[in-house]
Formats: sequence, structure tokens, C-alpha cells
Amino acid sequence: MELHDVWFVLIAVLWTGYFFLEGFDFGVGILTKLLARDRPEKRVLINTIGPVWDGNEVWLLSAGGATFAAFPEWYATLFSGFYLPLLVILLSLIVRGVAFEYRAKRPEENWQRNWETAIFWTSLIPAFLWGVAFGNIVHGVKIDKNFEYVGNIWDLLNPYALLGGLVTLTLFTFHGAVFTALKTVGEIRERARKLATVVGLAAAAVALVFLLWTQVDSGDGKSLVALVVAVAALVAALVANQAGREGWSFALSGITIVAAVAMLFLSLFPDVMPSSLDENWSLNVTNASSSPYTLKIMTWCAGIATPIVLLYQGWTYWVFRKRIGTQHIAETVH
Amino acid sequence: MNLALAPETLARWQFGITTVYHFLFVPLTISLAALTAGLQTAWVRTEKEKYLRATKFWGKLFLINIAMGVVTGIVQEFQFGMNWSDYSRFVGDVFGAPLAFEALIAFFFESTFIGLWIFGWDKLPKRIHLACIWMVSIGTVLSAYFILAANSWMQHPVGYRINKAKGRAELTDFWQVLTQNTALAQAFHTLSACFLTGGAFMVGIAAFHLFRKKHIPVMKTSLRLGLITVVIAGLLTAISGDTLGKVMFKQQPMKMAAAEALWDGQHSAPFSVFAYGDVSKGHNSVELSVPGILSFLADDNFDSYVPGINDTNKAEQQKYGPGDYRPIIPVTFWAFRWMIGFGMASFAIGLAGLWLTRKKFMLPQHLRTGDDEVPHLVLFRNKALSPKLGRLYWLVAIWTMGFPLIANSWGWIFTEMGRQPWVVYGVLQTRHAVSPGVSQAEVLTSLLIFTALYAALAVVEVKLLVKYVKAGPPELTEADLNPPTKIGGDTRDADKPMAFSY
Repeated sequence: MELHDVWFVLIAVLWTGYFFLEGFDFGVGILTKLLARDRPEKRVLINTIGPVWDGNEVWLLSAGGATFAAFPEWYATLFSGFYLPLLVILLSLIVRGVAFEYRAKRPEENWQRNWETAIFWTSLIPAFLWGVAFGNIVHGVKIDKNFEYVGNIWDLLNPYALLGGLVTLTLFTFHGAVFTALKTVGEIRERARKLATVVGLAAAAVALVFLLWTQVDSGDGKSLVALVVAVAALVAALVANQAGREGWSFALSGITIVAAVAMLFLSLFPDVMPSSLDENWSLNVTNASSSPYTLKIMTWCAGIATPIVLLYQGWTYWVFRKRIGTQHIAETVH
Repeated sequence: MNLALAPETLARWQFGITTVYHFLFVPLTISLAALTAGLQTAWVRTEKEKYLRATKFWGKLFLINIAMGVVTGIVQEFQFGMNWSDYSRFVGDVFGAPLAFEALIAFFFESTFIGLWIFGWDKLPKRIHLACIWMVSIGTVLSAYFILAANSWMQHPVGYRINKAKGRAELTDFWQVLTQNTALAQAFHTLSACFLTGGAFMVGIAAFHLFRKKHIPVMKTSLRLGLITVVIAGLLTAISGDTLGKVMFKQQPMKMAAAEALWDGQHSAPFSVFAYGDVSKGHNSVELSVPGILSFLADDNFDSYVPGINDTNKAEQQKYGPGDYRPIIPVTFWAFRWMIGFGMASFAIGLAGLWLTRKKFMLPQHLRTGDDEVPHLVLFRNKALSPKLGRLYWLVAIWTMGFPLIANSWGWIFTEMGRQPWVVYGVLQTRHAVSPGVSQAEVLTSLLIFTALYAALAVVEVKLLVKYVKAGPPELTEADLNPPTKIGGDTRDADKPMAFSY
């Protein structure tokens, strides 16, 4: 395994970490409209991710920065090519971060309601668009011989990619619902479990179609294994949720995300961004990667930093391990 | 195509607007993290309540700020790929590494421990909670270092080779990229300026309350901390600025000549404090200039020869081929002055403040004040300033708050605009760095949306800051004074509301 292959795996790991962690963040944000009945319940939801959402989002920045360093051509083609969707994602993430931090800082009804609306939309939009983006990456887009994206915005909104968007949207919402069931007490916990069943079934349906489509399109033996794991874990997560085993259900919905992302990257390899115009114009781990020296340094950095990050982020989850309910939310404005 | 709307111009405006805007929050974040950590340390060590109240007050303002710093930072990570894809392709091998290091080492650190700090008041024992804010502080400084090393590479590329076959720059010595003198000088200068910014912010707000005779004990402590920070950081900013100027003189002579609008090289080159006329054409009808100062700034010698813009342009044409290698001279000329002017003004106001409010032992009996009295402003040994002058000082001190922010912005505009037409000095020109596949409409759309959103958020943020500044330091609760002894919180009452919730 050469270094650029290692880095293909590491980039996949960073994206997987991002989707696993911010997946339930986005889900919780979406549930503020679907699940919460009043403001105290909304606040319970928001506060389940309060201490951790910022750290979770750094997985995206790391994936972006690492792609820049390890596969500059991939970084350049992807973000200049998917310009407008990425712009919308960035705008969402900007507003979303400010919404979490500022929502409770003023008592006015309008202020709080507007930020709550913002949290819902800015969670929903990126949850959908990341799926669209990855659908396009895996499917291949119009890339010319200079590695420039030459399609337009409508090319990106093809059925396969849109289905990918639905997969991430439903899967993240399901992931968020089982996370909520795990992290809350009281009535909202019961309702989160009920909602999880409905959303989980929808996620299972769209994910199955999307992953099979991917398998037929560009899969191999390994990706088939990942597909089976993803679907089996999703079914098991639903069963565990039904049985009230919230910890298991969350772990299994996490495995679903890990396996689904793994399946996408497996069907991508050794390409990183296939061209739909000409196979020779595809970006792959060789022609898109940095020099061996840069990859070596980056390997040291990621090899040492990532386990440490996992340790202290894990510790954070342990510190805030208690379930919360409406009784834990004070009325005050901070 | 109309040059004013060329994708390169639009992309540059977008980078300029988003980056200068981002850098309004960065220095406050870096300095307030450390200052808040210092105040919290004082609380943990002395258990004096005023320190905890100060920690909570400045911590709140710090959080309102860092929220904006974090979200505007996301754009920074991705806009190289969006608007500058040819830049990214060409330099990614070198430039990407410090960015990735920043994310993996510094961002994770900051963002994880900030969550622990915000929500940890009733979940973590005192000392562990204190350690969290120090972790945040370390994270912010590390992050600044990596990004400044990356920027320094654009100012003075080292540790790389050009791979002609692949058409890109490749890293050969990462250590050199991290430790070259440009990076060291730039980090030193920028970090001191960050603390000057935070110190002046503290001075301004403390002065606002003391002027109105409110929250005196907390604000007196804050004023003192702010003034000391301003004076030390101001001094370090000046020293490091001088160092950076000398480094720049050797590495980017055009930028130094452009800083002075020195058209033709000369010995004992002057520094004009103020110039009037058309500096862009080399006909400065200079009002006030001090001979020899530019030579000194550049080379530590009042007589040294400083090459002018025209000489340097010719030299660069010989080296890099035909072309115009001059930046926009009025911009560099004025930016350089506004950077120094506003920076030094805040330093001077801080120095004056430190003297005016000096400690008891340096004052006669009748001018000494207790902990809950507004300090007298004493210029000479026995007499406080007249009420009119005293009022004037407080007002000036309040306004000083904004000075370093202005100086920082112009500093970045100077160093980035002064490097033009290069994006990587001597290696890659800005016009070759933009994304060829991104349309004018796309860049224009994102430019307009970012500008509008950032403007709206600025209004929201400033209003929020004003609200919490006016509210003053919070009263302490039972829970504040009895922090938990166990990680995860003491489980006396399972239904106790959280000390902090969104």
C-alpha cells in the first residue's frame, strides 16, 4: 500500500468521522421542528449537542485541509467544480454556528424563534447537499483533460445524486433521533424512539436503492460487503430501537453511516473524482496526490494527532454523559 | 471583459472582504482566550470573587466573538479551492500541509475544549475547568502559527522545488517552512498585535464602566490588566514590526519601497509621516518627512541605500520577464501609515493610562483610592486631572478599543496588496491563480451573498456585544462559588438545571 493509498483511506476516515458526528448534529437540528413540541423541548434537543457540535464540525475542516494537502488536484476540482452547492453549505454552516451560540442570548420571542428556524434549515440543507455532493463524486462528473469541471449546476442535480441527498438526509435524521433517545429523559425520549422507527424505515428504503445502484454502477466485492454491513446494521438499529436498546441502536446507526461511507469510497477507489467524459481524465490517487515527502509528513501528523483527538473528544462525551430533559434547562438568558 | 468585474478582481475582493472580516474576530479571540484564562487562574488561586466575575464577564464577550471567528473561518478553509483552484493545484503540496496541521492539531483542540469550558462550569472540578480555557488559548495560538507560516511561504517561499513535469511547487523541507525567519517575525508581530487588540478592547470597556462609575472593583482590575497588556503588547508589536520590516526589505524590496512610495532609490531614505499630492505618480508634495528613517527601518542604518519602486520594477523585469511588478502605490503607502498610526496611538493611550492610574505607592495619600472607587487620573505628582481632562481621557480610552482593529486590517491589506502582482512572491502571479472553471456570475453571486451576510451578522454581533457590555459582570450564584468536585458533576440533585444551556 503506497502512501497515496494510505491517504485515500485517511481522507475516507475523516469524512466518515464527520458524517458520523455531525450526522447526528444535523439530525438533532432537523428534529427541532419534527419532534419538539415547544421551546423547552427544542432547547433540550439543542443542548444534547451543545458542548460537542463545534468539535464535531472540525472533522469537516480536517477533511478539507487534508484533501488540500494530500490531494491538491482533488481539492481544487471538487470545490471549484461544486461551487454553488458548496457555497450554500458554507452559508448554512455559518448561520448554524451563530444560531447555536446566539439563540439564547436575548429573551425576545422573535429573536429566539428566528434562530430556531435557522437551526432547522441550516441543518437540513447541508444534510441533503452532502449526499448530493458525494453522489456526484462517486457517479462521476464532467471533468475535462485539465481536471476542470465543465458541467453546470443542473448536471449536479441528477437523479442518482439527488437520491444520495435523500439518503444522507434521512439517515442523519434517523441517527439524530436515536441519539436523542439516548441522550434525553422524559416524554421526548419516547417520542424520539417512535419517530426514529418511521425515519429509519424511510432511510432504509432510500439507502437500499441508492447503495444497490452504486454497487451495480461501480461496485466490486469489497463494496458489496460494505453494502451488506450498512443495510444489516440499519435493520439491526431499527430492531434495537424498537426494543428500547438505545445505546445499541445508536452504535448500529453509527455503523450504518460508517459502512455506507466506506462503500462509497470503496467503489470510488482508485479514482477520487471520476470523469464522465473520458476515463483518462479522471482524477485518481496517483495523478491527484501530493509528493511522497508531503504525504510522509502528513502521515506522521495525522497518525499522531487523530488518536489523541479521538481520546479527548471521547472524554468530552463522557463528561457530558448525563441524559437531559426539560427540567435541566434553566429559564435564564445567557 | 470589464476589468473591474473580471473574475480575478472579484475573487480578490471576496478574499479581501472575507479575510479582513475574519481577522476582526481572530485577534480578539486569541487575546481574550488568554486574558480570560489569566483571570480565571487568578480566581482559582486567590478565590477573590472579583476575578470570577471578571472571568464570567470577559468570557461572555470572548464567546460572542469566537462564534463569529469560528464560522467565518470555515470559509477560509474552502475558498482556496473555490475561487483559487489554480493556486491550489500549484501550491497544494506545500501550502496544504500547514493548513491540515492547523485543523488536525489546533482546531480540534480549540473547538473541543471550548465546548468543555462553556458547558463545564457545573461538570468539571475547578482546576480541570481552568485547564480547558488554557487549552483553548494554546489552540488559538497554534492555529495562528500554522496559518502565518503558510502565509509567510507566500511572502517568501522556501523549502520547495518546482516540479516542471507536474507544473507545481513541491515541498522539500517542511521544517524550513515552519521556522523560516519570515514566519517567526510574522508570528511574533501578529500575535503581539492580537494582544494589543484584546488589551485595548479591555481598556475601552473598562473605561466605559469606570467613566459611568459602575462595576468598579471588577472594572478596575480589568482596566489595569488591559493597560498592562496594551503597553507590553504595543511595545512588542513595534519591535517585531521593525524586525519584520527588515526581513521584508531583504525578501520583498518592492513592498518596502511601496510602503514609502519611494520612487527612486536613495541613501538616507526618508519616512514621510504625511504626504499630499499624487503618490501614485511619484509627485509627492510631501508635508512632513524625516530623513533617514526609512533607511533605518529597512536596514538599521540611517544612511543605507533603499532601492526605489522604479529600480525594483526594472530589476524584477530582468529577473521574471516583461511586466509591471508594482503594487497599487497609494494603497500600500496609506495602509502602512494607518497600520502604524492606529497601532501606535493605542499604545500611547495605554501608556498614558497606565501612568495616570498608577498604583497607590506612587501617589500621595489624598489621591489614593480604595478597591471600590474610580481611580484618580494623576498626571503630575500631587494633582488629579481636571474633570474636563479626566472625562476626555476616559472617552479617548473608550474609542481606543477600535484602533488596533483598524491597524490590524490595514496591516493585512498592506502586506497582501504590497506583494501584488504576486500571490506567491517570485513564483506565481495572482492572475494565474484564479479558478478557470468558475464563472464571473458565480464569483459575483458568492461575493455579494458573503458581503451581505457578513454585514448582517456584524450588526447582530455588535448589538449583542453592546448588550452584554452594558449589562456588566454578572452576580455570582451559589453554584458558581461551589464548583463540582467530580468530573461529570456532583450528583446531589439529578434534576438540577444546567449551569449553562443554549
